[in-house]
Amino acid sequence: MAEDKKYRVGIDIGSTATKAAVLAGDEVIFTTVVPTGFSSVDAAERVRDEVVETGFAPESCRFAATGYGRISAPFAETTVTEITCHGRGAFYLFESDGVVIDIGGQDTKTIVLEDGKVAQFAMNDKCSAGTGKFLEIMANRMGIDQDKLSRLARTGSETRISSMCTVFAESEVISLIGKGTPRADIAWGIIESVVGKVAPLVPKIAGADYFLTGGLCENDYVIERLSAQLGSEVITNPQARFAGAIGAALAL
Amino acid sequence: MTDYHPMWEDLGMDIEAHDQLCAALPEAFGDTYLSQENRPENMAFYDYVVSEIHGIRPSELIEAQKNGQKVFGTFCVYVPDEIVIAADGIVTGLCGGSQFWVPAGEEVLPKNTCPLIKASVGARLGRTCPFFRIADIYVGETTCDGKKKAYEILAEDVPVYTMDLPQMKRDCDIEKWTNEIKSFKTKVEEVTGNEVTAENLGEAIKVVNEKRKALARVHEARKADIIPISGKDVLLMTQIAFFDDPVRCAEMANKLADELDQRIADGVGVFEEGTKRIMVTGTPMAIPNWKLHHIIETSGGAVVCEECCTGSRYYEHLVDETQTTLDGQIDAISRRYLRNNCSCFTPNPGRIEDILRLAKEYKVDGIINETLTFCTTYDIEGRSVEKACKEAGIPLLNVETDYSDDDAGQLRTRIEAFIEMLGA
Repeated sequence: MAEDKKYRVGIDIGSTATKAAVLAGDEVIFTTVVPTGFSSVDAAERVRDEVVETGFAPESCRFAATGYGRISAPFAETTVTEITCHGRGAFYLFESDGVVIDIGGQDTKTIVLEDGKVAQFAMNDKCSAGTGKFLEIMANRMGIDQDKLSRLARTGSETRISSMCTVFAESEVISLIGKGTPRADIAWGIIESVVGKVAPLVPKIAGADYFLTGGLCENDYVIERLSAQLGSEVITNPQARFAGAIGAALAL
Repeated sequence: MTDYHPMWEDLGMDIEAHDQLCAALPEAFGDTYLSQENRPENMAFYDYVVSEIHGIRPSELIEAQKNGQKVFGTFCVYVPDEIVIAADGIVTGLCGGSQFWVPAGEEVLPKNTCPLIKASVGARLGRTCPFFRIADIYVGETTCDGKKKAYEILAEDVPVYTMDLPQMKRDCDIEKWTNEIKSFKTKVEEVTGNEVTAENLGEAIKVVNEKRKALARVHEARKADIIPISGKDVLLMTQIAFFDDPVRCAEMANKLADELDQRIADGVGVFEEGTKRIMVTGTPMAIPNWKLHHIIETSGGAVVCEECCTGSRYYEHLVDETQTTLDGQIDAISRRYLRNNCSCFTPNPGRIEDILRLAKEYKVDGIINETLTFCTTYDIEGRSVEKACKEAGIPLLNVETDYSDDDAGQLRTRIEAFIEMLGA
């Protein structure tokens, strides 16, 4: 019976991470994240198993899927695009209209919320510049993790990485390493490159609030630089990584 | 099914490569078209034409050539068919719409050229399209920079005649275009050996007008609240119209339109209730480019109108039939063709007016503005289209795409999200 299904579970299958959020009523009571790995079908099952093992029996749950792998969750009763879900999830978390900036593993999107609904949106082109993938590749090249990359960047000084393309930018980083440029300066250039690609996608709306969702929402330095580029404070929330999953659950 | 291999060999085609293209088409067509439910019965003609797209019509053209007729290959809706038809010539469209032809085009063109140009040049130089082999002469036009320069490359391999299209619409430009059409008439007379007279031009004007009226009937059937035909099917009919004999084209389109009228009277539609009515505007979709329509119509949308060269610009506006002198007729032709609003014109307010007018006529819920990658003029004009739609309160999505399937996933996400947005 429908009323027995008291939990709404949103699953957001991204290119890098798969997230789940469980709602009881309108309250988020559980969230989890697993790496997507090579199979989005497998990731969807793993995250679902984790939800079930945490104590949410399958018969008491309804599932909705979103994200790049949304069609890989056959157990979901509905699928909704990540654009709609990030919009809804952000409105839930920030309780206000504004501009949502989602820096994902594979793409970056901006969403304008009016009356809690998506009024317009933009996505980056089919290119990894200005996405989490760019940071991941560059951190790997530097032999450090992304948190360390951000910490280093904060202490660095101006070094420009000018290539529009991730592959060419990687070559640029290699040549900077070869020249003996301090790591902190290269890290500064890497973060600046990402932020510099994201900022032009963001519609400039006077007086609007800017919200950051997605995997970089706990990266203080990225938020700081993005705020500086936009000339306006970017607000985030520890749960903003789950905005897509929360939005999917709300779609049920 | 007839084996057309001997004909293709006679045409000097690359048989092996062409066989690969022929092998891929049925699956693509089946997935995109035959999977649709409750299609109008009269679409069977168009399905049949596609099933032997490089056989039936090419063999007709070759027969006509044996009887002394000349075939003119064109790339643009500004080139006036009437002049060619008046001189007993035949017009066939030549725009390439498949990724298959792009690599051969990239051998001679910069990679950052639009896919339509790359595919068109590739189809000729790769010798993998019979229409490109059959045409006695290509008629180019100075619309965009890419095409202008591509015609120079094609001219190394095939006779090319280029019409100088003005890029503004002042009186002096209309006059200039009229003179261009007169020069074209002289060229057509030279190629065909037939004189264009007020009498045969008058007939040709009627023939092409009848074709436009018939195509318009099919397109306009989608103004109905219950949509009797998919956008994909209308697109296919329009794409084939560029290749077909104009009289038969009108006859088949009228039959289809009759069926659609009956469907409207009976309340028979092809979409579920609540499907969003979408207009596609922008760059042309040459056969077999069905990518955007397919994604839209499998994401909760119905394409009810195309404001583009493979849409309204091909059938809207008739040439004045009351003129009785050659000068009067050519002036009327010039004026009709310059009513088309391509982004190569500056300024181009007519296109915005067309978009807003059609949006109202077809009761659209949203507009998707399509730009083929590297089509600079449409890309730049996207901004003013967006601005005008915003002011008019019509939701708009700008998309840029090419002929490959690489971006199908991303494109689907954007279009699904757009349609979700329209429903929210």
